[in-house]
Amino acid sequence: MLMQEEVAAAFHPGNACIVSFAARVLWLIPALPMMAAGVIALLKQPQRRLSAGLAIGSLSISLVLAVMAFAHVVAGWANHVAVRETVDFTWMQVGAAHVDLGWVLDPLSAIMMVMVCFVGLLIFIYSVGYMAHDENFTRFFCFLALFAGAMLGVVISNSILLLFMNWEIVGLTSYLLIGFWYHKPSAAAAAKKAFLTTRIGDVFFLLGVVWLFAQTGTLLFYNGGGGSMEPLALGGMLATHSALGLTAAGAIALLIFAGAVGKSGQLPLHVWLPDAMEGPTPVSALIHAATMVAAGVYLVARVYPLMAAGIQPGGSTTALMVVTWVGALTAVFAALIAIAQDDIKRILAYSTVSQLGYMMAGLGLGGVAVGMFHLITHAFFKALLFMGAGSVIHGSHDEQDVRKMGGLKDKMPWTFYTYMAGMLALCGFIPFAGFWSKDGILDAGKGWEVSRWPFYLLVFGALLTAFYMTRQISYVFFGHTRSEKHAHESPAVMTVPLAILGFFATVLGLIGTPVWPWFQSFLGSSPAHFEFSALGESGMLMVSSTLVVLVGLGLGWWFYGNKSPKAEEPDALERVMPPVWVVLRNKMYVDELYGVTVIAFYWWWAQVADWLDRRVWGGAVAGVAWAFRGMAQLNRLFDVHWVDGGFDKGCEELAGGGGLLARVQSGRVQTYLRLLALAVVVLAAILIWSSRG
Amino acid sequence: MSPLAGYLLVAALLFAIGLAGALTRRNAILVLIGIELMLNAANLNLIAFWRYGPHPEALTGMMFAIFSIAVAAAEAAVGLGLVIQVHRHAKTTDLDQMNRMKG
Repeated sequence: MLMQEEVAAAFHPGNACIVSFAARVLWLIPALPMMAAGVIALLKQPQRRLSAGLAIGSLSISLVLAVMAFAHVVAGWANHVAVRETVDFTWMQVGAAHVDLGWVLDPLSAIMMVMVCFVGLLIFIYSVGYMAHDENFTRFFCFLALFAGAMLGVVISNSILLLFMNWEIVGLTSYLLIGFWYHKPSAAAAAKKAFLTTRIGDVFFLLGVVWLFAQTGTLLFYNGGGGSMEPLALGGMLATHSALGLTAAGAIALLIFAGAVGKSGQLPLHVWLPDAMEGPTPVSALIHAATMVAAGVYLVARVYPLMAAGIQPGGSTTALMVVTWVGALTAVFAALIAIAQDDIKRILAYSTVSQLGYMMAGLGLGGVAVGMFHLITHAFFKALLFMGAGSVIHGSHDEQDVRKMGGLKDKMPWTFYTYMAGMLALCGFIPFAGFWSKDGILDAGKGWEVSRWPFYLLVFGALLTAFYMTRQISYVFFGHTRSEKHAHESPAVMTVPLAILGFFATVLGLIGTPVWPWFQSFLGSSPAHFEFSALGESGMLMVSSTLVVLVGLGLGWWFYGNKSPKAEEPDALERVMPPVWVVLRNKMYVDELYGVTVIAFYWWWAQVADWLDRRVWGGAVAGVAWAFRGMAQLNRLFDVHWVDGGFDKGCEELAGGGGLLARVQSGRVQTYLRLLALAVVVLAAILIWSSRG
Repeated sequence: MSPLAGYLLVAALLFAIGLAGALTRRNAILVLIGIELMLNAANLNLIAFWRYGPHPEALTGMMFAIFSIAVAAAEAAVGLGLVIQVHRHAKTTDLDQMNRMKG
């Protein structure tokens, strides 16, 4: 933080009034893949070439635009201008409050979007080969393009609301892609689990968004001094106190971090990520290793000013301490579980969880540059590992169990060498990319004055990482073949992206070495120069971390190297420490723990709700219905006996009267005649009577 | 007893006989005959009142009686025609059998 303030003094800020062309067309970067997704959605299944072409073409243009924007930021940086260009607009106005959206071009978003576009493009190309035989090829590319668009939307957002909207689209596409083979029950369940688990984090995230808006009155991160990540708003939030002795800034930061925990698979919401490996392997590579899960880390980096608000030199904030501890614990926890897994993708999934923990810890310990550097290098080597794993699975006829592989070194040379590059980068072996970024995190941990424990945890995690990766490659590539199936090398459309990523996994770390911290300076907007003295300062740590990695690799090789046991034989570690093995094998029983706590509670609660529905609310409804039925019956009785009865009676009377009269009309002529005669007599009598008086 | 009273007495007797016949007979033709008797009793009264009235020289009473007889003849013709139609239809002239025209 102190360094950044010095930077602000050395650099004059970019002119906010003149927005460059690169920043003005920035919205096209996410919009193009999204539009491509919309068009692909309208295509028919057989239009495979067109759909893949649209997805790859749109992302290529996005990559060109992203590189252009990146070049613009680098050019500004070279001229000692801290580029931060925003384009904002009001989405809607409700009374005095207005909901603003917008995008931002700064070093953080520039470097992230280049990474997402580049890795995404390679994975799109790889998918053409991997998914060639899938009948839903078109749908797959529709989802992939939508994902890429939403992820780029997260990256460029200057408004936390726009970020949240894209964040949710990312969650949706993740759900759709994990459940891509929805006819498999396990895939459908994994998709549901991923969606629901990340939703828990997102609820807190949304609360954080709302609270942030309520506190600062703006949704924008940067707005020429009026944004929520700028000193004025941060000061206001620091002055406001909330529960548990937190400032509003700390509480909001923790809520937003909860969203990142869900998305980035941190403890305790990591359970969905290993299950997400049910999706197609390119999806695992793109979404669940390289980009989407990194969105949580990116979010923390984006709101880092909020996380670090009120930090003192040599100290930390509550939010950053939580980030650090969650990250460090996750790193070790997931690495332990990864040791005892047999599914090639599941091992990598736990490794991803563990590495995401490293990134979080890096953010908490050393700030944006440290965490983001590991994010970028990890995106390359983890995408490489997943695509290598996909190539292995593809080449060995859909076999995913590492114990049934073996000896693939000679059969799949391209896959083997690129995989080795990725594996060494993941282990943090000098001079591969992972070494430099992990070393940066360990270096920051060593210098953290709050506690030394995160440092020790992370070093232990590095040892475990080297161990489980050695176990994996020993099973997969070394020894002799344990499968009767004939393995073969994958086609060029898959191996070429592997080679490109392998190249980056090897050399990418050189942009952020202690000697030439280009990456860190770029993110911090300070000038980069060679510092050979830094080698001496961190040289001790580099040597010791290399030793740690070597110990891990050695242990792994000692246990598993060239043994090539039968698939049915117990694991080497199982023979040494059976109880530990069982616990790790069962993923530390986290799923089971949730099963007996959260899920059991929800099950019970659903039963209660069901009972309430059936008995209480249903009873009340039935009671009202019964009362109305009774009243209706009463009404009916009244109608039948009173109204109808009266009516019937009147009619009967009339009919009776008619009957009486009708009897006179006997039809007998003589009766009529008699009456006539009688009437005459009566008439005569009256006449006589009256004339007499 | 004046001659007028004698005529009137005979006419009243004739009327009573006609009425009794018309009311008691079952046969439609006999009822018609009864009605004819009553008509003629009325005619007798007309003649008697004219002959012993204040202006016997004006032939008004006789004219009236002749009209009445002509009308009675027409009436008898219609009545008998009706009876013949009824007989053709119902094969009887018994009035008690002809009670189907009631309301």
